Amino acid sequence: MSVLVYTENWDGKFKKLTLELVSYAAAVAKMTGSSVTALSIGKVDESELRKLGNYGAQKILSADADQLSVFDSQAYAAIISEAAIKQGAKIIVISNNNTGKAVAPRLSVRLKAGVGSGVSKLPLDINPFTVYKRTYSGNVFAHVVIKSDIKILTLAQNSFDPAETPNNAAIEKFDVHSEILPGKTKRRDIQKQSGKILLTDADIVVSGGRGMKSPDNWAPLVELASALGGATACSRPVSDEGWRPNEEHTGQTGKIIAPNVYIAVGISGATQHLAGISSSKYIVAINTDKDAPIFEAAQYGIVGDAMKVLPKLVAAVKELKK
Amino acid sequence: MKILVCISNVPDTTTKIKLAEGNSTIDTAGIQWVINPWDELSLTRALELRDDAASGIKSVTVAHVGPASSEPVIRKALAIGADEAIRVNANSPDAYYVAAQLAEVIKKEQFDIILCGIESSDYNGSLVGGMISEFLGIPSASGVSGIKIENGTAVVTRDIDGGKEILEMPVPFVAVVQKGIAKEPKIAAMRGIMLARTKQIKVYEPSAVEPLTNISVLEKPAPRSACRFIDAENPGQLIDLLRNEAKVI
Ligand SMILES: Cc1cc2nc3c(=O)[nH]c(=O)nc-3n(C[C@H](O)[C@H](O)[C@H](O)COP(=O)(O)OP(=O)(O)OC[C@H]3O[C@@H](n4cnc5c(N)ncnc54)[C@H](O)[C@@H]3O)c2cc1C
Repeated sequence: MSVLVYTENWDGKFKKLTLELVSYAAAVAKMTGSSVTALSIGKVDESELRKLGNYGAQKILSADADQLSVFDSQAYAAIISEAAIKQGAKIIVISNNNTGKAVAPRLSVRLKAGVGSGVSKLPLDINPFTVYKRTYSGNVFAHVVIKSDIKILTLAQNSFDPAETPNNAAIEKFDVHSEILPGKTKRRDIQKQSGKILLTDADIVVSGGRGMKSPDNWAPLVELASALGGATACSRPVSDEGWRPNEEHTGQTGKIIAPNVYIAVGISGATQHLAGISSSKYIVAINTDKDAPIFEAAQYGIVGDAMKVLPKLVAAVKELKK
Repeated sequence: MKILVCISNVPDTTTKIKLAEGNSTIDTAGIQWVINPWDELSLTRALELRDDAASGIKSVTVAHVGPASSEPVIRKALAIGADEAIRVNANSPDAYYVAAQLAEVIKKEQFDIILCGIESSDYNGSLVGGMISEFLGIPSASGVSGIKIENGTAVVTRDIDGGKEILEMPVPFVAVVQKGIAKEPKIAAMRGIMLARTKQIKVYEPSAVEPLTNISVLEKPAPRSACRFIDAENPGQLIDLLRNEAKVI
């Protein structure tokens, strides 16, 4: 049951997410007594590719045709499925991020391969192949049996620790046939912010709700996030009101995240909000209402006014980092 | 041009889910079924486009794979303003099965723009939209937060890591939508509810498709440990606990 892992890059670089994926693939390969091949698409230089070997890839395939620098789900799915067939891979590991969500369903149809989507643990069993999956927005977990010969697993971000063991993996060029190169979709424009920690990548998240009262009150919250080296988030009404940008909205209808710690400030803890954050390793709540449901989800809590508590927290973090 | 909105029916998002029948399924007693939140927003946007004469969108159809008992959710979509509705008369064992059925419907009925939600709030699979596009061999855009029609061309805004991409999509295509596609879900007006009663729901029998996955057991997540309260006068203690006890900062 050879394992193929698709290792996405960002402007030619891998991120922690990529290393989590390769480490996960290596652990799955170990369970099934097989080996891992990593597939990289787009231009990535050799020293960066080598890193994948240190996280458990035995072989690294690099498909680096120029046209592939623009993501196209049809073309990418075609390349990954071709690599899977050539390698005889029975398990394909992809991230459950934007790219994975676009590619995995296409691969599934191409290869008639069942998908365990958004898995956060190693498979529960190999025979029958059973994965553990979040359903009902985190209110229920399911044991899902994948019956097809080839299986696709999409891994939730921040759910598996990367494990490094130095290893020299072979790098091979993977040729892409011209007929599968990007198709008819035209990219008119791309707008990208750089230098900001992405909410989905962040280990530490400080998030504000309606209890922050006004968009003018956000400064101490942003300061706390930056002092901790984390990202900022918010509840839905806050982004709906335009107090904070849409991409900060977490919850059922926003981003689903799993940071090491999620600090909820002035957030009541509605089920739909918890749906996006319940996989966080620790939840901290700061709220004036001691009966707010967020305290049922939290491991640490402060009953108090955000405007008084936040500046003190900022001061304490600065003290610590001195 | 014609739009198809794929809709899933899910328990109201405030439902406290209970398990039943030896944890093989959920207890449906007392559950309020609603249109999946994303699909409701897709429908809202599709209707906005249809109601704008300049868009060239002539009709909005909704399609659902489910048994007759899920028709109230389809009626609701008609009441909100969909012109036509299709139901594939089958349960939905997995995403592959559902997508295969919807793809068959699309082949028969021909649509230009197919909208699916990024996920359904029950299975959280994020699979159906992408699968439909591959079954049909057509382009797709995922993470779509905006869609408009400019002089007959569909212009789609797609969220990417740290930014946005603006794409011109050739029809037919699938857009897998998320936050931003429409602001508030459209609500059915009395007239719409009356009209919906008389509209026909077209029923197709399913094609033979073998699902690729099945759920064997469901379980509730392990309860989290109780909250430890820290004195609001001394919040610095929180930072200390996060560093030395939880070891997360
Ligand atoms: C289909 C659907 C999908 C939804 N999806 C989402 C989603 O994805 N994400 C989401 O967040 N919501 C979602 N919601 C909305 C959700 O139900 C709640 O309405 C929302 O989460 C509440 O946001 P909040 O906690 O910021 O505000 P509130 O519920 O108003 O809570 C504000 C909290 O602030 C506290 N507070 C007040 N003053 C202070 C102060 N000075 N200091 C500290 N605390 C203070 C209050 O005690 C209260 O607990 C969804 C709803 C529906 C119907």
